[in-house]
Amino acid sequence: MRIKALTIRILRQIFRDKRTIALLIFAPILVLTLLHFVFNGSNYEPTIGLVDLPEAVSNSLNSSEAGHFQNYDHMKEAKSAIEQRTIDAYLYMDGSQPSLVLEGSDPTSNRAVMSLLQNAFNSPDKKSAKMDIDFLHGGSELEQFDYIGPILLGFFVFFFVFLIAGVSFLRERTTGTLERLLSTPLKKSEIVFGYVIGFGIFTILQTFLIAAYAIYVLGMYMEGAFSLVIIISLFTALTALTLGILLSSFANNELQMMQFIPIIIVPQIFFSGLFNLEAIPEWLSWIGPLTPLYYTADALTSVMVRGTGWGTIIENILLLTGFSLLFILLNILVLKKHRKI
Amino acid sequence: MVGDSDVVCVNHVSKRYGDQAVLKDIHFSIRKGEIFGLLGPSGAGKTTLVKQLAGLEVPTDGENVIFQQRMPSLQIMKRIGYMGQSDALYGELSAKENLEFFAAIYGLKRKERLQRIPEVLKIVNLAGTEKKLVSSFSGGMKRRLSLAISLLHEPELLILDEPTVGIDPVLRKSIWQTFDRLKSNGTTIIVTTHVMDEAEKCDRLGLLRDGKLIAIGTPTELMADTSSQSIEEAFLVYGGAVHEN
Repeated sequence: MRIKALTIRILRQIFRDKRTIALLIFAPILVLTLLHFVFNGSNYEPTIGLVDLPEAVSNSLNSSEAGHFQNYDHMKEAKSAIEQRTIDAYLYMDGSQPSLVLEGSDPTSNRAVMSLLQNAFNSPDKKSAKMDIDFLHGGSELEQFDYIGPILLGFFVFFFVFLIAGVSFLRERTTGTLERLLSTPLKKSEIVFGYVIGFGIFTILQTFLIAAYAIYVLGMYMEGAFSLVIIISLFTALTALTLGILLSSFANNELQMMQFIPIIIVPQIFFSGLFNLEAIPEWLSWIGPLTPLYYTADALTSVMVRGTGWGTIIENILLLTGFSLLFILLNILVLKKHRKI
Repeated sequence: MVGDSDVVCVNHVSKRYGDQAVLKDIHFSIRKGEIFGLLGPSGAGKTTLVKQLAGLEVPTDGENVIFQQRMPSLQIMKRIGYMGQSDALYGELSAKENLEFFAAIYGLKRKERLQRIPEVLKIVNLAGTEKKLVSSFSGGMKRRLSLAISLLHEPELLILDEPTVGIDPVLRKSIWQTFDRLKSNGTTIIVTTHVMDEAEKCDRLGLLRDGKLIAIGTPTELMADTSSQSIEEAFLVYGGAVHEN
């Protein structure tokens, strides 16, 4: 009954604070929406200058729809156009060999020019080179957004629960309510469980709204079961909650709580798979498995992109539970500072 | 001096934080149904001592025995009402929600809660404000609500750390009337204060200075003992005597 009272109080506090609610639900929705448009925006179509090319070549290029073409008679015109950045590259004949000059300052346009030219020169003429391409997971319609989406979903749950739980426990300490709670027969474990259940319920609601929006409105790739996404989020929230409460003991005010963000939260993003984990130098790669977000991201990507079930995520869930248990234990030890029994 | 009728026995209690001694061999007892005042300047160790009595801290040496049991004990804490120096309220919640929450924490059943909440609100003159958010309360209202919370479970021992700070004289008077009423019902009350006129209203006083109990007795005894006209004067005499040693 005491745990229930704590749970109700925590939920009341969260829902009473309209601005925080807006932050917790609309901030992730806003960020995901922006990312959706940034990553899924139409592909960049480069403009390429063609300097005095044989008719066969320029005709075949002009038929390509992935870019725009500008014909020049002289090299000089093309050079001045590329300097003014009206074209991204120009193609000319160096003897019998076609040569390409790129503007070069923007990797995106570089890549767009290269892939356009590769396609134009290779594909239609050489029918023999054509092959069937199958995807084990995902598919050719899988976009960058679909890959980073699940990781971000996990990140939002982790980040917001960490911050809100940390700050509310910090306030509990600084306003003296923690002392008052400890002057009652309430057990320390009851305090921790009250927090876990209160924030657990809230996280289910938060994840439900954000995930439903991402999947059904933004069309994020979703292969697996929705319920698994909620379960993974719940365990992520549990870890974030217990870590947030633990670290709040080492902060004297809200600002000091914020100072944990660049130290505890941001590094986790780098090891969560948002950037290719293989690219991390070997001497740093041991950090990833020590960060909870690593397991959240792996589980969410498995379910949402690869469509796997319980079997593949159970290990991640267990590891997240392990983190939580460790943090709960440390929390109870830290609470001993406030009351010995 | 420690007898069976004593509700609180402080038994040669010392407390050190590192090499700083906050309490030095404090020894006294409190009888059932008395209002006991702990008087002393800030930093004298009043808060440390009452926190120990509330079960929040433990002494380095000695022991605190309350209701014949050594503190801290969760069983005994059920019978104690504690109000710390901070109001310890949830600003986002209404007065009633705060009361409901703490009532549940103290294990009051729904029926008891429905009965006790209006009662304690009436005691502290806050009836009619239960729907208001605590964040919109004035300082005095918060202090009174905090007091109401510590009364919810009808504790046999009430420990109040500076209960009347920031409360105007009229309200202070009404709060002391409340203490007298509770006392007549058999509640033992421990208050800390550094307001001298308040000290005179206590049945017995303990004077604390630099972690030492420099005198103990009824206000009249303390004044007679030092042939002073006021507690303030008496305190200075006791304090001066310590300096001369």
